[in-house]
Amino acid sequence: MSASSNTNWDRRTVLRAAMGLAAAGGLAACGGNTGRSSSGDSLVQMFHAYGEAGTEQAIKRYAKAYKDANVTTQWITSADYESKLFSSLLTDNAPDLFEFHPQIQMVKSGQVADLTDLIDPVKDDFNPADIKSHTVDGKIYGVRMIDDPQFFFYRKSMLEKAKVEVPTTFDELMEAAAKLTTGKVKGLYMGNDLHSVNDTLIWSSGAEHLTADNKIAYHTDGVVEGLKKMRKLFTSGDLLLGAPTESWDPSSFIQGLCAIQFCGMWAMPAIQDALGDDWGVFPFPKVTDSGKPSVYNGGWSMFVNAKGKNVDAAKEYVKWLWIDQKKYQEDWATSYGFHIPPRASLAESATKLKSGNAAEGVKLFNEFGHFDNIGWTQAMRTSFEDVFANCVRKNMDPEAALDKCDTAVERELKKLFG
Amino acid sequence: MSTTTRDLARPAPAKASSAKPRRGLRGSPTLNFWLFTGPFLIGLAIFVYAPILWSLWLSFFEARFTVTPDKFVGFDNYTYMLTNDDFVGSLGTFTVFAAFIVPTTWALSLGLALLVNRMRFMRAFFRSVFFLPTACSYVAAALIWKMSIFSGVRFGLMNTVLGWFGIDNIAWLIDPNPPWYWLVIVTARLWLQSGFYMILFIAALQNIPDELYEAAALDGAKPGWQTFRHITLPQLRATSTAVILLLLIAAYQAFDEFFNLLSKTTWGRPPLVELYYKALGESQDYGAGSAGALILTVLICAVTLLQGKIMGFGRGDESK
Repeated sequence: MSASSNTNWDRRTVLRAAMGLAAAGGLAACGGNTGRSSSGDSLVQMFHAYGEAGTEQAIKRYAKAYKDANVTTQWITSADYESKLFSSLLTDNAPDLFEFHPQIQMVKSGQVADLTDLIDPVKDDFNPADIKSHTVDGKIYGVRMIDDPQFFFYRKSMLEKAKVEVPTTFDELMEAAAKLTTGKVKGLYMGNDLHSVNDTLIWSSGAEHLTADNKIAYHTDGVVEGLKKMRKLFTSGDLLLGAPTESWDPSSFIQGLCAIQFCGMWAMPAIQDALGDDWGVFPFPKVTDSGKPSVYNGGWSMFVNAKGKNVDAAKEYVKWLWIDQKKYQEDWATSYGFHIPPRASLAESATKLKSGNAAEGVKLFNEFGHFDNIGWTQAMRTSFEDVFANCVRKNMDPEAALDKCDTAVERELKKLFG
Repeated sequence: MSTTTRDLARPAPAKASSAKPRRGLRGSPTLNFWLFTGPFLIGLAIFVYAPILWSLWLSFFEARFTVTPDKFVGFDNYTYMLTNDDFVGSLGTFTVFAAFIVPTTWALSLGLALLVNRMRFMRAFFRSVFFLPTACSYVAAALIWKMSIFSGVRFGLMNTVLGWFGIDNIAWLIDPNPPWYWLVIVTARLWLQSGFYMILFIAALQNIPDELYEAAALDGAKPGWQTFRHITLPQLRATSTAVILLLLIAAYQAFDEFFNLLSKTTWGRPPLVELYYKALGESQDYGAGSAGALILTVLICAVTLLQGKIMGFGRGDESK
């Protein structure tokens, strides 16, 4: 019987099957449009979704202006850009270049390419701290695009009305939060899960994440004291909790849900538009007597996927855009959100950052700023976020929470540095 | 086998409508078997069995930042996961969670099914309304629950309602003392799941023969609880067992709403979320992650078999 079924392939059936295949092929082509081709002149770049209007168009505009390769952009809107990036780096659809923060595990595992030869000619023009934070054993692994200092934004009118001075210690910050809290406005917002102030709490308590030879340095009495104060603040009822937007988004501040919010330099244009001059900035205040005010100098850098198919083409593109094209670099740093250009020559000419609160932001960046420690990896970051969850949001003993974090961080350090 | 006899039995017009009988589809049962099951078996093999085997292989290696590792570490990954308080703790937490959510969903679905089944009018409407949430994605529902119903600010739905009674705003999902987050998770899950199981129960209810109820009435069983307890419930035994089994597996596989509702917490993490944070997501420790996944798989199998043993699922004698 089955033999006879072969004879049933008449012309019409064959034609129908062929058309079906063609249609399926067309659909598959739609799904697989990663902009990749075998000729090697197609590149894929991956970005997290910036909140400011026009950012996605800008990145795509720069890419379009590049003549030597066809660069397509993946604009990742999900909240956990890290996970999306890390998992796609393992696949064949990995981006050829991507933005991220300097983290040593990506260097050790050979995921990011050495970019020393691109940066060396203009090395002196870069902020030395940005070079240092991207360097492992003398090699530079990423090109910094923007520096993003993070600090507190406050509503001048609300502070005046409540007769509150700008806080200079964490205790004053807690008092201010209490005084500023009214029926409709909460005194302070530091994000729902508080993880944006993890780093500054360590620094303002007079500690560091790791020592110079990569040993744990965050487990100090100062940090324990800081965590206890954080717990007190968390339970005081003066913190805005469960807000619809996270702390990187200035909406809660602009909408008047809080009087003080922890946010970043990028939010300045949006805040200026909404509130005029009724706002100012101040650093994360010192937590202990021996501590100092601190500012987290975050930011984003371009990396080249060392395991990609077009490493050289990707490096060429990074050089073209993030080293040579100063117009685009300035546009990227100041036309949407405000960011500090990591290159001295650009920082000098960026007039928008020369006056008002923007100038104050630059001052805080220079005076109190701490940069990323390349040895502090995502896994360690997550472990320290757990400390906040455990002893600030849940009432665990800070020492016990830190001990737990130590175990996890030790495991990481051992794997990375032996 | 002969197709002629069958063709003869068919009315003439049907034969006329197709000039050539499509014998390929009717010819060999073996061919047909593979034709229909083949694509699914291939899919199952590629998307289910291959990854499981790959995980098994990965779990014996140090696989950080790679899924093609070369450093064999034996049972180290298993030791790490089994001595990890958080992972073991989450298994415990979720046994408690399952013990709560499974009977609750079961009771709610059955209750809805009984109500809808007894309706005289608009039955189809209510059946659809209760079933609709099943079509909603867990992520979308989680976002609605988080941003609009249980938002911590004063204009969140629940806080607005509480505000009418002069009660302060509650940060439902942020502050774990008291653990209000369970309320958010349980309500979201009930809303999403009950409709589907309600449909299963309605189908089963409609299969109970009326004669049984008539006989019970003749024997003096009172309508209401007595009839329900002694006729309806025993007749639903097979469906109940299946529903509980599905619910149990769903409880252990919980991920979406927990992941989206509780970010950066150390509590309220189902085993899969714990695995994601501890190994698979940002840490990229695929060896330890695979070990955890396999531990979880074994556990789900064990619980399922145990439940089958207790409730008799899959035994031949339990058909209605």
